[in-house]
Amino acid sequence: MSFDIPEGLRYLDSHEWIDVTDGTARVGVSDVAQDELGDVVFVELPAEGDQFDAGAEFAVVESIKAVSDVYMPASGEVTAVNEALLDRPELINEEPYGDGWLVELELDDADELDGLLSAEAYAERIED
Amino acid sequence: MPVEFDSIRGEHQRVREAAGKFDVSHMGQIEVTGPDAAALLQRLTTNDVAALDPGEAQYAAITDEEGIMLEDTVVYRLPDGETYLFVPNAGNDAAMADRCRWIRSAFDLDAEIDNTTTDWAMIAVQGPDAPARYETVTDSRYTLDRFEIERATIAGVDCLVAATGYTGEDGFEILTPWAEATGVWDAFDVQPCGLGARDTLRLEMGLLLSGQDFDPDEQPRTPYEAGIGFVVDLDTAFVGRDALEAAREAGVEETLCGVELLDRGVLRHGHTVTTPDDEEIGHVTSGTMSPTLGVSIGLAYVDNEYAEPDETVRVIVRDEPKKARIRATPFLDR
Repeated sequence: MSFDIPEGLRYLDSHEWIDVTDGTARVGVSDVAQDELGDVVFVELPAEGDQFDAGAEFAVVESIKAVSDVYMPASGEVTAVNEALLDRPELINEEPYGDGWLVELELDDADELDGLLSAEAYAERIED
Repeated sequence: MPVEFDSIRGEHQRVREAAGKFDVSHMGQIEVTGPDAAALLQRLTTNDVAALDPGEAQYAAITDEEGIMLEDTVVYRLPDGETYLFVPNAGNDAAMADRCRWIRSAFDLDAEIDNTTTDWAMIAVQGPDAPARYETVTDSRYTLDRFEIERATIAGVDCLVAATGYTGEDGFEILTPWAEATGVWDAFDVQPCGLGARDTLRLEMGLLLSGQDFDPDEQPRTPYEAGIGFVVDLDTAFVGRDALEAAREAGVEETLCGVELLDRGVLRHGHTVTTPDDEEIGHVTSGTMSPTLGVSIGLAYVDNEYAEPDETVRVIVRDEPKKARIRATPFLDR
């Protein structure tokens, strides 16, 4: 099984990704996560303005077979949530790095990203 | 059996619309023969074993002296008329064989008890196309009615074929010798399905899962509470009969009901059920997202007062009360 792990994103061992472009940080779950979950049928998202610390549970993704907490890769305030997932949770299966994103953040401290896994390091972790 | 081969949703849909196959060899098989074979199973199970003609099967519960369900099972009287075979749930075969031996000794019965779980593989082929598929792998026509069993040669292998299943669809379950199982499995060119689809299919029909919807330790329930009072024949002398007669007269306090979630979310085992005024009235034992209906459905033990179709309730999901309603089962017309 080979998974899509785009370069330039940062990852957590718990299979979340974070992508920072032009100062906006977008967070989602990886291809590995969506594959392990199977058919995603429900997503519980935080509200705009909610504040989370790195490592905090901020969303829940449910497939037919499992319930999975999703963890924050970095501290910050939620500036947008992906409302499209409420009606089409399967976007997480179809495009985990695209239309299946979960939230956007305003980061407290961009330096926190340095402690996260690179695409290469994440790919090594999931092979172990 | 894996949880899924492709995707639970896809496998589920194939079974509802065409056909799928399941390797259910984890189910047990206990065979009982001898002059008192029928008498032994009559003591063991709640249904009327004496009503079975050769080649017939029936659903039944196995209860303890207090009428608490230890198992649900299907009892088959094989076409020879001499052999009875019942199918305990996964991992319970040794305990059920011991229970048979205990009944044999307690009631001084003349019967032979064989735990043949490792002799038999079991393959379920289910779906509206299953009968037509049968005729592609055997010379005989498919003439079985529900809960009938016959001998058949499938892909050259002598098997037992029973019109039973766990999906609500037409179809059958095949008992085949372990060593020949691969050939029988491969003979059916239909979607292989896993435990995930098995669970969503049975839940849409409101069928019980042992160890979850009832369990002698975690979820001790009578067949009446579990909604399968129709398998209890109080005119037969089974272990637990007197307790169940008393339970029936007293009436149940909680009944297993279908629940449909009206708000977004997914019902899961363990969720609390309340009234709209936050009064606790029950618990969810099984829940999922129904692939056919596109809504979350489940089974819950609910106070009898509220266990009526269309009653509006709440289910507490991660501390949030969500709107739900009680539903009659099965959730699908079949």
